[in-house]
Amino acid sequence: MTPAKLDLSPLRRAAAWRPAEYAFWLLPVAAFFLFPKSLALLSQIAITALFCLSLDLILGYAGIVSLGHAAFFGLGAYAAGLMAKYGWGDPLLGLAGAAVMAAAAGFLTSFLVLRGTDLTRLMVTLGVSMMLYEAANKLTDFTGGVDGLQGVDIQPVLGMFSFDLYGKTAYWYSVAILFVMFWLARRLVHSPFGLSLRGIRQNVGRMPAIGAPVNARLVAAYTIGAAYAGIAGALLTQTTQFVSLDVMAFSRSAELLLILVLGGTGSLYGALIGTMVFMAAHHFLSDINPQYWQFWLGAALVLIVLFARDGIMGLLRKLSTRARTSS
Amino acid sequence: MTPVLQTRNLSKRFGGFFASKDVSLSIEPGARHALIGPNGAGKTTLINLLTGFLEPSAGEVFLKGEDVTRLAQHQRVKRGLVRTFQINRLFAEMTVLESVTLSVCERLGLGWSWWRPVGDHTAAIDEAAELLATLRLLDVAHEQTRSLAYGRQRMIEIALALAARPQVLLLDEPAAGVPTDESRELFETIAQLPRDVTIVLIEHDMDLVFRFAERISVLVGGALLTEDVPEVIAKDRRVREVYLGEALDG
Ligand SMILES: Nc1ncnc2c1ncn2[C@@H]1O[C@H](COP(=O)(O)OP(=O)(O)O)[C@@H](O)[C@H]1O
Ligand SMILES: [Mg+2]
Repeated sequence: MTPAKLDLSPLRRAAAWRPAEYAFWLLPVAAFFLFPKSLALLSQIAITALFCLSLDLILGYAGIVSLGHAAFFGLGAYAAGLMAKYGWGDPLLGLAGAAVMAAAAGFLTSFLVLRGTDLTRLMVTLGVSMMLYEAANKLTDFTGGVDGLQGVDIQPVLGMFSFDLYGKTAYWYSVAILFVMFWLARRLVHSPFGLSLRGIRQNVGRMPAIGAPVNARLVAAYTIGAAYAGIAGALLTQTTQFVSLDVMAFSRSAELLLILVLGGTGSLYGALIGTMVFMAAHHFLSDINPQYWQFWLGAALVLIVLFARDGIMGLLRKLSTRARTSS
Repeated sequence: MTPVLQTRNLSKRFGGFFASKDVSLSIEPGARHALIGPNGAGKTTLINLLTGFLEPSAGEVFLKGEDVTRLAQHQRVKRGLVRTFQINRLFAEMTVLESVTLSVCERLGLGWSWWRPVGDHTAAIDEAAELLATLRLLDVAHEQTRSLAYGRQRMIEIALALAARPQVLLLDEPAAGVPTDESRELFETIAQLPRDVTIVLIEHDMDLVFRFAERISVLVGGALLTEDVPEVIAKDRRVREVYLGEALDG
């Protein structure tokens, strides 16, 4: 008995893949052939993109600001590293272990970030990550402390593709995991659950009045975000066969937040594009002059927060609507 | 007949100040009940207490005979007690259809479903579209909520509540700030709601209140001054003094 007048397709097809998205996912394939000597950097980009995606899930969708997201990245990195060191070197098993570990930590700490304002959340997430960092620093028998975790022995992916010196396996493995995790996240944000997270971000006070258990949803979102970060951390361990203490460092959390704001929150692609732009710029500019790079980075951040709240994604969206209206 | 909504000695204290004082209220199923009183009388506070938005300092709330005083807001919504807000609480960056679909999804218990996209939940979307048709909001279904005129937004405030299929609907000044002709349309919509929805209305416009309500409770200083049918309330000297007199002056 749908009213005939209304065309429902904008909402019905909201989750359909767009041509630009297909094009986007050809980029990693193209990059492989265009920059065969930079596969290590490209793998890093894929891993950071997954990490940034995990922050977008909790910040861009659920609206939880975090300055300590590296805690979960680090937990995943150590979980996968330790598993591999003690004979559980299968990569996918390592990812699963890292995801479970980070999810458990995310679940437990989520209750601390539920209450309070953005400032409390920033401080709580920061505090938790500082504690974990120091714990990893002190537990040298376990983590190797500042020397890092050695002896990480990763088996071939699916028992077939061993990690090679050129980083080809590492690259395709990272990209494949990124794509699968992105695809799952994309399903999630377009689902009723994802819609409810957007509802929480846009008006948290209304959600209980339409019957939504806000805290439970936030716990779930935070836990999922933590699991994603853990998987990203595990990828870094597996592709570099090493865990350094700075996987949990504050600078990693802060940089991640910066990348997400640069790319634009709440669109998933903003996280991916922000990472690509940031890491490419970092690579090229910091070679020229490290201080200079920081200067321009700071300037870009200030300009974006003041004048382009939705980051690169927002600019792209504006350009595409302008192109559509003028043609 | 058991009252659908009842309070017993409900009080709310902010510091030393009673925003609600010893309110015992009883609403019959299907009622068209108005809650009036001067600004600051504690009308919104009472709705906040009824819906679990605030915790009472003392007293109880019963919904269909069940003590819901300790239940969270969303649990009361699940039991059929739904409100609107005096100041809009909308999803500014969603389209109208999206936000009503969100509310429908929550009612259908789809809030945890994360695999199929919203667009595949056709029953929820169809229901949202039907509701928009009833509320004459179809023409703005795909507009962003924030881009709409205030009167339209006020209607969405109600749409979100109706999508939760209330058995008891608490409307906190639904037409506040809406131009007269639009507010008339809004009240027509409210008047047309089926009788199985019990309605408690807070409203300042006395013409509207007397046209709509079958019973009226008067709140003053957080306490219930009196409750009766409109004809009696209109003649009540105390009510005229504290409320109508003021309304006539202002
Ligand atoms: N959260 C609060 N903290 C302190 N005082 C409050 C709070 N909420 C309401 N009040 C006070 O309680 C009184 C009743 O407010 P309210 O219920 O909003 O009145 P009404 O809706 O009848 O205009 C007012 O004096 C208001 O200032
Ligand atoms: Mg009020």
